[in-house]
Parts: sequence; structure tokens; C-alpha cells
Amino acid sequence: MKMSEIKVKDKEISVPGEVLAVGMDVLPGAGTYREGEKIVANRLGLVMMDGRTIKLLPLSGRYMPKTNDTIICKVIDVGFNGWRLDTNSAYSAMLSMKDATSEFIQRGANLTQYYDLGDHIVCQIVNVTSQKLIDVTMKGPGLRKLKGGRIIEVDANKVPRIIGKQGSMVVMIKEATQCNIVVGQNGLIWIDGGPMNELLAIQAIRKISAESHTTGLTDKIKGFLEQNSVPKKTHQD
Amino acid sequence: MTYKQRIDGRKFDEMRPIEAKVGVIPRADGSAMFKIGNTWAYAAVYGPRNLHPKFMQDPQTGILRCSYNMMPFSSSGERVRPGGSRRSKEISLVTQKALLPVLNLEDYPNSVVDVFIELPQTEAGSRCAGICAASMALADAGLDMKDLVSAVSFGKVDDKLVVDLDYSEESYPDGGVADIPIAMLPNSGKISLLQMDGEVTKEELMKLIGMSKKVLMDIYEVQKKALKDKYKGVED
Repeated sequence: MKMSEIKVKDKEISVPGEVLAVGMDVLPGAGTYREGEKIVANRLGLVMMDGRTIKLLPLSGRYMPKTNDTIICKVIDVGFNGWRLDTNSAYSAMLSMKDATSEFIQRGANLTQYYDLGDHIVCQIVNVTSQKLIDVTMKGPGLRKLKGGRIIEVDANKVPRIIGKQGSMVVMIKEATQCNIVVGQNGLIWIDGGPMNELLAIQAIRKISAESHTTGLTDKIKGFLEQNSVPKKTHQD
Repeated sequence: MTYKQRIDGRKFDEMRPIEAKVGVIPRADGSAMFKIGNTWAYAAVYGPRNLHPKFMQDPQTGILRCSYNMMPFSSSGERVRPGGSRRSKEISLVTQKALLPVLNLEDYPNSVVDVFIELPQTEAGSRCAGICAASMALADAGLDMKDLVSAVSFGKVDDKLVVDLDYSEESYPDGGVADIPIAMLPNSGKISLLQMDGEVTKEELMKLIGMSKKVLMDIYEVQKKALKDKYKGVED
């Protein structure tokens, strides 16, 4: 059998319509499609060769809700049976009363005493239907209402980089700035600490998303945090 | 026949100098700029996002909404009155129809992808420049696309077949002028826009499409390079 010809290099940028490979023994992965013998790019992305599969890693684009994602949402409406949430995507999510709390809620109770309009909450996606109806739950570790602090928005594709391997990056920022940080997979990040520390954490996160493609990023951010660290208040002055 | 040489000295199958850049509008989900001669187009893409008014929502697929807008003092002639006109509404529609064949919006039911094309200055060929910019901006927004779209105009000035007419040729006084914008998916060679203002014979049209194909491939290469340049350095 004739060997297939791969037209692109690993970790190269590919644009929609570009032919990535010709031949039947290479398989089209995410972000690609097959047209006859050819494998063609379906989006703008980074070429990743995974054995015989070619896939494209997205570099841009809005957040798409996925089951089991932990996201930060804003309450936009309160109904009879639950809350409607803005997910920072094209679709809103539904938090039903029974997924909201293990407390007993009286029939006809005023639901705003739990989550009011404009509140931000950390929740987890339970289910996404084909019509993009989203169900979320508040039952799980770390899922809660966010009080105080501030919310910033970043590109959802950069979130894995901000979290780092086993959370290394975000733990480092937390320790250096003494802020509480929650990173939602929808690109919303909650930061709570002193004003100067919050600013430093935001700067660090913006730096990560701007330089997300470079190597040795953890060391670079470490240096940045050490250089700009906010001096701790002493009692002498 | 009097039209022996093009007014700006180009060859008959040569387009004006082009320039493209991606990511020019940070707040947009995707954006691009495309210049061809003195025609400048900026495109910004937002979405997929929640679609209102709600009656426009389609549970089968997301929809594409295009807006083409010439700025008030963009043309060399009279001031363009701001706001929509019959002309801008038509061009918005044909732009949408030219871009839709490459997009796959079925994964985004009930939502909308908005494309805003702004033209700060124009000198003919503006719908083509707009389509070129918009297709780059859509790719930059990370949408599922089969291909890019490249567009250019061609036609006949007096008795000469020419590619990429500028304003002086479009308004050539001493002879008939035909102006034909075309949009093509460069990899499959399929045509997604073909309009005609003026008259050419069938043979001339076929010849012109052949002439424009070469130019369209040049435009495609520039579009491709602009998209790759935005993420230069990501490889290493």
C-alpha cells in the first residue's frame, strides 16, 4: 500500500481549507475532515500529530459548554424552580432548585435569598443537550456562591495554561499574591485579596494569556511575581 | 478603440497592491483588515452569541448576520449618508450568501454569528474587499470552516478585459464598462458570489473567470499568510 503524504509539520499553524495530508492510512481528528483521499483543516488551529491521527488544537473562539466543566456563572433570572445563569457563551444554563442546595426549600420560598440577580456562582455542568440546553449543579467540592473579590474575563482556550499542570500555575499565583482565585473553564476568573495583590494577580494572568504559547512560562511568571511582589504591611510604619 | 493602457499603469490582469492583517480589533472574537489599493475594509466577528429578536432563532442551525457599512466620507464622490441604504442592504445580503457556504453553524443552534464590515475609504471593489476581510475574521474567531473565501472584481472597460477595476475604470466615460464581482472558495474552486453590472458575452465571461482565478489564488495566499502571522511564534 502506498504511504500517505503528510503536508504539514507538527505544531504548525493551519488555516481552514488547508490540505493537511493525502492518503487513507492517516486519520482525521478533531478540527479536520476527510475529502476523498485528503484530510483538510476545518478551522484555524495548531497541528497535533497523535500517532496516525491528525488533529487541530483551537487557538481562538468562544467558550462552548461541555459536560463536567466547572464554570463561573452570573445569575440573570430567578424563576419558580430555579435560576437562569449566564455562562459566558451563546447559551444560558439552568440551575434547578434541587441541584442548588441540600437545604430544604419551602414551597413558594423566595429564591433570591439563596442566589440573587447579579450574583456570581461556581457551578459544574451536569448535562448539555443537542439544542444546547445546559443543566448545572452546585453539589460538589468547591462549588459555591462568590462573595466579594472581582471577576475578570480571559480567552477560554487559555484556561488550561493559566491553571498549569496539576494546578501548578494558579497555585503559584495564589501563594505569591495571597489571593483566593477560582478559574472557571468558561474563561471567567474570580480573584479576592487586597487591592494591590488583586492587581498583581490580574497582571500575572494577563501575562500568561498573552504569552501562553512560549515555553518556560512558569519560570517567567515566577520571576514576574517575585519582582513585583507587594510588600507585606509591617507595624513599624 | 481608445482604452489601450490602464489609467494607473497596471497590466490588464494585474490587481492593485493588497495588504491583510488579522486580529486588528481586540474586543471582537475575530477581526481582520483587508486593503486593495485605496479600498480598505475592516471586519469584526462576534459570536456565536445569543440571538435576539427571538423569532429569528433557528433550532436547526446558527445563523450568519452580515452588515456592510461605508463610512460617510469614504468615497471620492458625495458624502454617504450614514445608516443603511438600499445598496448597503443588498451588499450585506450577498456577503452573507457568499460566506455561508464555507461555514458550518449546525453546532450552534438558536445562536448568531455577527459580521460587521466597515469601510473607512473606498475606491471600487468594496464588497470584494469586505468578503476577503470577513472570511479571515471568521477564521480568526475559531469557527468551523471548510475553506476561506477570496473575492475580486473583474470586467470589461471599452473592449479590454480587465481584473480588479478601480473607480476611474468603473466610471470610464468613453466606452461601455462591465463590472463583475466574484467570490471563490480557493481550494475547491467553487463560486459563491457572481454579480454583473454591464454586459459581456458568454465567451468573455468564461475568459474573465479564468483570468481572475490566478488573482484569487494570490489573494488567498495573502489571506493565509495574514492568519498564520497572527500566531507566529506559537510553533516554538
